[in-house]
Amino acid sequence: MKNVLIHLLLFLFLSPLLPGIINKTKAFFAGRKGAPFFQPYFDILKLFRKGLVVSTAASWIFMAGPIVTLVAVATAGLLIPLGPFDSPLSFTGDVILFVYLFGLARFFTTAAALDTGSSFEGMGAAREVTFAVLSEPALFFALLVLARVSGSFRLSDILHGPIGGVNVHTVAPFVLVSIGLYIVMLAEASRVPVDDPTTHLELTMIHEAMVLDHSGPLLGMVQYSSSLKLFILGALLLHLVVPFRAPQEWLNWLLFVAEIFAVAVSIGVVESIMARLKMKKVPYLLTGALILCASGFILLVR
Amino acid sequence: MPIQLVLFGAVLLALSGLPALFSRRRSSWGQVVSTVIVLAGSSTGIVGIALHFFSRYLSAPLFFPWPAVGNSVVGLDSLSAFFLFPVFVMSGAGSLYGTAYWPQKEKGGSARRLQMFWGLMAAGMVVLLLGKHAMAFLLGWEVMALSGFFLITADDTREETRKAGLIYFIATHISTLILFALFTVWRLATGSFSFLPVSPGSISLGLINALFLLAFIGFGIKAGLMPLHFWLPGAHANAPSHVSAMLSGVMLKMGVFGFLRVLTLMPVMPAMWGWMTLAFGAVSGLLGVIFAIGQHDLKRLLAYHSVENIGIIYMGIGLAMLGRAFGHPEWTALGLAGALLHVWNHGFFKSLLFFGAGSVQHASGTRQIDRLGGLGRAMPWTAAFFLIGSIAICGLPPLNGFISELLIYAGFFHSLTAGTSGGTAAAFTAPVLAMIGALATACFVKVCGTVFLGLPRGESAARAHESPARMLLPMGFLVLLCLVIGVAPYSVVPILEQTVAAWAFPSGLPSPAGFLPLRTFGWISLAVAVVSVFITGLAVFLGRKSPRRGTWDCGYAKPEASMQYTASSFGSSILYLFHHLVPSRLQKSDLSQVFPAPAAMRSHIDDPVLDQWIRGFFRRLRSLSTWFRRFQQGMMQYYILYIVVALFVLLCTLIPFRELLESLFHHS
Repeated sequence: MKNVLIHLLLFLFLSPLLPGIINKTKAFFAGRKGAPFFQPYFDILKLFRKGLVVSTAASWIFMAGPIVTLVAVATAGLLIPLGPFDSPLSFTGDVILFVYLFGLARFFTTAAALDTGSSFEGMGAAREVTFAVLSEPALFFALLVLARVSGSFRLSDILHGPIGGVNVHTVAPFVLVSIGLYIVMLAEASRVPVDDPTTHLELTMIHEAMVLDHSGPLLGMVQYSSSLKLFILGALLLHLVVPFRAPQEWLNWLLFVAEIFAVAVSIGVVESIMARLKMKKVPYLLTGALILCASGFILLVR
Repeated sequence: MPIQLVLFGAVLLALSGLPALFSRRRSSWGQVVSTVIVLAGSSTGIVGIALHFFSRYLSAPLFFPWPAVGNSVVGLDSLSAFFLFPVFVMSGAGSLYGTAYWPQKEKGGSARRLQMFWGLMAAGMVVLLLGKHAMAFLLGWEVMALSGFFLITADDTREETRKAGLIYFIATHISTLILFALFTVWRLATGSFSFLPVSPGSISLGLINALFLLAFIGFGIKAGLMPLHFWLPGAHANAPSHVSAMLSGVMLKMGVFGFLRVLTLMPVMPAMWGWMTLAFGAVSGLLGVIFAIGQHDLKRLLAYHSVENIGIIYMGIGLAMLGRAFGHPEWTALGLAGALLHVWNHGFFKSLLFFGAGSVQHASGTRQIDRLGGLGRAMPWTAAFFLIGSIAICGLPPLNGFISELLIYAGFFHSLTAGTSGGTAAAFTAPVLAMIGALATACFVKVCGTVFLGLPRGESAARAHESPARMLLPMGFLVLLCLVIGVAPYSVVPILEQTVAAWAFPSGLPSPAGFLPLRTFGWISLAVAVVSVFITGLAVFLGRKSPRRGTWDCGYAKPEASMQYTASSFGSSILYLFHHLVPSRLQKSDLSQVFPAPAAMRSHIDDPVLDQWIRGFFRRLRSLSTWFRRFQQGMMQYYILYIVVALFVLLCTLIPFRELLESLFHHS
């Protein structure tokens, strides 16, 4: 019970800190002071206090977009295990629900984007669904590798599997899959080199272009769900790259928090030292991730 | 008792067209009476099926004397009852929809004909499903196929429709011809036309493989599996929408049923058959959805999605076959349960989507996606129903498509963790299914977004109006079915259990529900749905007075509806990813000089099988056979000459050549 509570608290209240850390890291690299760590919290709270401006072209789907996305991502957050602890909701086959909840979120985000009738948002939506075509099978290959090692169909077991399962045969597949998953995480969380949330041009973005017309509480929901999504994907990746555990429970929680911060720092570093890829090149990167995950699978089962 | 009810329902369906046929050309009462009879027949049939599944009534096979072929038999088992349900649901729902969509008052004779063949087609499918004898089966099959032709060509004033009807007619008869071959070989191998399990060892390896291949191709044409799907897009696009719904939602499944029926009777199941089914399923699923993304015609797009969903069904069947071949009952149980449930699900959501497309066409007069837009405002119910169907077809929770794909995924995970090389290889298809899901999401976001959201792109879309209740009611009923299976999947488990048990497995099959906590899935789906709907409703209520401004367009001075992102642009980035598989034809005129002349661009995706292979083959055949034209002069004298020559040649065969030669060359 205590662990479920900690899971919920961390998931719901820690995640907006991750973009804050990313921005601070980028500021450090740029030699700036940067916005405070808690800036994303201030932003979201302020947005929720603000009023709403709705496009004349929009229907109820425009409202449903951010809301369904938030609900779906929050539900996915109940399914993902953090560190060595089981997730609050854990049952056989939850892994499929986990992946498909992201699909549901994508359906409504992109539909809401098209609801405004703006070309920029349509463009962003088209890119979002195109890149998902490559990142979703990559994620599936990664999960297949983990499911094979753990012999289970339950997300908590699948992700806890690597601890006991790391041996000579599984190291190479895990390395490949980890790289692949890292790329998938960058793509799904709309970070450089796939997407750049900070450019000044609507034409060059994916996620930010899709939500151009959202304002007030709806924009707050969009920003909150994207930080939740980043948290979930980071937690997923951590199971692969940090397969050691402390003996005490509290130490494990502490370790997990440190690890997820480290993921945010690493994203900040990647964003600082890399430029965003040209849109036409992004599919190559994602195909690379797909191939990495698929080769990890082949290497494991050969 | 159940079988009598089902047969009575079928008789009602078969006769339902008569009132319409004998009513006056432009009066509506005939159609109304016909529809009432169809609804009565459907309800009777559904009661019969419910009795079969839930009351443990034993249905004894009925014998009908048919001396020419031996006694013919019809009987109701779980497999046929399972496939009967969508037939009855759709014949009722579609008939009601048709009264508003194709009213006799306006359409006249074609509506009478449509009503007649609608009932006949449904009755044919019932006979086919009940048939336990090749002749009964073929009788139902042909009635279905021929009625299908007349239904597709209901709107026969358009050349496109006549062409599509002709292609359908040829394809369905190739399929029937292959089935003739199948049952001839069946008779040869088993000694009878009855559908009785073949005892192991009684049949040679060559014969049994021939049986499988004939069934795979013959039923594959009807089901619309990828290289055999060539008749499907044209027929579905040009038929009246409720007929498209019936064809896609129900008639394609008769191919799946036939394939499953033959498989259940087979004594052995070589692994190769399973691999073949799985591979064709995966190819069909993937290519079907990619072609769908490239379509500009709403109903053609939905037709390609049928190819995709049939692919998913075949993937499940393939996994089930591999389970039987390798002796893993859990693969078979999950794969087959997933495939069967997808047969129902696809029947419901695809029919719903075709009804929705029909409403759109009814309201705006066009099927071209890029001419529509903003219809959600004028037709809110249709838009909401279409959106629900879209979420279902993408396999997303909380709707029914998710449940059937979940079962198939579970089967793949079991094959993965079994530790055998065969199982691992099968699991390679799981990411393909994930990719199909992502592509389907892309495609339906495109459709919903362009047709129902945004602003109207043309005159016709701006004048659109909501459809009458007789069209909305059947859609609402199908939405209800999709929702119930989505949030309460355990409610169909008893039906699935009984149907899956039809598959002869030496050690018996476990229940597919034993592997997954379907109740938990149902509750979570319900929670997600309820919370989302509640908060959205609240937001719409609270935001109703919020200020309205134009969409942000980077400060452009004169925004217009035609500047919106189109469906073609939306799909182009995905089509570019797959441009090796799906080449698109692009015609555009050059823009040159400072003030270029008005220019147009059109893009089109050819169907490789119909447009390149089949048409290409016949074009080449025609050019090769031009040589024979010199004999066709059209003058009577020449033809008489040919007859004389032919007679002379025939007479020559009577000449005793040996003696002739001997007498000519032999010195005696």
